[in-house]
Amino acid sequence: MANYIDEFRDKEVIQKIVDNLSNYSGPNLKIMEVCGTHTMAISRYGLRSLLPKSIELVSGPGCPVCVTPTSYIDSALQLSDKKDIIITTFGDMMRIPGNESTLLYKKAIGNNVQMVYSPLNALDLARENPDKEVVFLSVGFETTTPVIALTVYKAKSEGLNNFSVLTANKTMPEAIKTLAEDSELDIDGFIYPGHVSAIIGTDFFSNVAYNMKKAGVVAGFEPLDILYSINILVKNISNGNIILENMYSRIVTKEGNTKAQQKMYEVFQAADAVWRGIGNIKNSGLELNAEYERFDAAKKFDIKIKASPEPKGCQCGEVLKGKKRPIDCKLFKTRCTPENPVGACMVSSEGTCAAYYKYGE
Amino acid sequence: MQNIITLAHGSGGSATLKLIDQVFKKHFNNDILSQGDDCAKLSITNSNNLVFTTDSFVVTPIFFNGGNIGKLAVCGTVNDLSTSGATPLYLSCGFIIEEGFSIEELEKIVEAMSITARECGVQIVTGDTKVVQKGAADKIFINTSGIGIVPDGICISGKNAQVGDKIIISGTIGDHGCSILLERENMGFQAEIKSDCAPLSGLVHDMLEVTSDIHVLRDPTRGGVATTLNEIAFQSNVSIVIEEDKLPIKREVQGVCELLGMDPIYLANEGKLLSFVPAEKVEAVLNVMRKNKYGRDAQIIGEVSKAGEPKVLLKALSGGARIIGLLAGDQLPRIC
Repeated sequence: MANYIDEFRDKEVIQKIVDNLSNYSGPNLKIMEVCGTHTMAISRYGLRSLLPKSIELVSGPGCPVCVTPTSYIDSALQLSDKKDIIITTFGDMMRIPGNESTLLYKKAIGNNVQMVYSPLNALDLARENPDKEVVFLSVGFETTTPVIALTVYKAKSEGLNNFSVLTANKTMPEAIKTLAEDSELDIDGFIYPGHVSAIIGTDFFSNVAYNMKKAGVVAGFEPLDILYSINILVKNISNGNIILENMYSRIVTKEGNTKAQQKMYEVFQAADAVWRGIGNIKNSGLELNAEYERFDAAKKFDIKIKASPEPKGCQCGEVLKGKKRPIDCKLFKTRCTPENPVGACMVSSEGTCAAYYKYGE
Repeated sequence: MQNIITLAHGSGGSATLKLIDQVFKKHFNNDILSQGDDCAKLSITNSNNLVFTTDSFVVTPIFFNGGNIGKLAVCGTVNDLSTSGATPLYLSCGFIIEEGFSIEELEKIVEAMSITARECGVQIVTGDTKVVQKGAADKIFINTSGIGIVPDGICISGKNAQVGDKIIISGTIGDHGCSILLERENMGFQAEIKSDCAPLSGLVHDMLEVTSDIHVLRDPTRGGVATTLNEIAFQSNVSIVIEEDKLPIKREVQGVCELLGMDPIYLANEGKLLSFVPAEKVEAVLNVMRKNKYGRDAQIIGEVSKAGEPKVLLKALSGGARIIGLLAGDQLPRIC
């Protein structure tokens, strides 16, 4: 019986694809993997070391923690200082540095910060602690936002008044468009995130191929998923066949998960969003709509934190856009390490710099 | 930001090592401590064979699938003694108990300690009990210290890894870390994942019966196999290469790790050991290990490739390679 792991880690098949790719003799190609989980998988399986020098993989802004601006972290830190507030968050957010400290530090000095595995766990906490306000740090792309939407919807249905979310949710399409239009970046093709595509489908990415002349492939996360996808992408680009291919059809459909999309836009609406290192991108974020506004922690607690400049010398922005590699940043492995991260790309387990550091690339 | 202790300092990774170097070693500095092994080898009277170790146990939950904090407290210290090549003899135990703790549960914990100690042939000969106010401790903390004797002709240390040594793991990795994670977070997985909590004195005894020529033994507890291999690489100043597809990992553990974005190579084990053995002795050692219930799934996972350049390289199943470093703190589950 298929277990959907072993079949995608077959050494012999991997070797065949690697041999095929090593025969590539065309012009240098730059392929961007947009998703943080792809970045980690590429590093974890040592895939860069298997590719010829003429095929370069660059990492995009697809790690939700990495693109969360410092001002958002500062808002969360400020909220955690308030009496009777429990901050709940996905694990990855705990180490990300704001301007002065981290949630891990706030937890250590006694603030009530708790790691959860699902926003629904945060809702449980709110029910169990009626005398406390439970704030969930709502970050992530289309993959995680539907569950957060469901959580807020449930809070409203149950009439819970001690639950709110601090939103920094983002959507992928406008960011991809920004990158595809960036002439400095000069990306030949995109490896699109499988998880996001499972929700939003493949139409948008097809449009990028047809209208912006950027070949693309939707990929899964096993080594063979990624290598197959690179192989297809290289073949298509070489043949001038600029299309989108769905190589993750066991999960991703053209339409995506319409129920999840519906739930997401029942609670959230499109908004401009600041991406760390990239800046403001129109309509690339999500905010709670008028019907759910009372669950917005920033409004509920009147949090107003001005955007702050990136740390001096930090190249996270250029790394997120794929313009620089971590090793091009002077702070990498010197001032900026997983123990003392300067920029967000070093903090998150999905961050490009963390992947390069952890897996010694 | 004030310089304070965070949970990362207790994770066994690079933050822990930094704390040991910058605070404890700075003030406690002596030749025995600076050896950097899990046990101290002592020269008392005419014997150079006495080893001494201590360990504290603060696990949550205190009762878990495969054991409890009491069994863990005996196994942990016995395994540190055993992996220094010693025959464990005597343990002490110190209890810090939160007021309100159930005496019935305490008795279950103590009974587990007694049963495990009997299995290992050690006696718990001294102890101490402190009770603290509600909230000042999380239910119960246990410290055990132990002494043992290293037989003549045995010289096992993290400093002894040599080029050409084969590296054996005694069984599947990450079981304890994974089972504790699932129970602590109450994730509702249906997978049956048990802690591997077990005493290894018998297994080590069997291995040393076959050959005294074992260079390194270490139980990869906090920080897992990856952290322990890094410690040995740096202690011995060697490069280590391991092969991903040789690492024995239970499918359930692999599945949970895939789902949470964690790496089983960094998860804690409480009933496993790593062994560095000369190539010509490895088959004999492997055979005897596989005959012992705690070494049934023993497997060669790699070798010491060269002297100098201390690092741990993992040959991924894809054929690519990556460096396995130390974690800064605990592994955190990923967002998506």
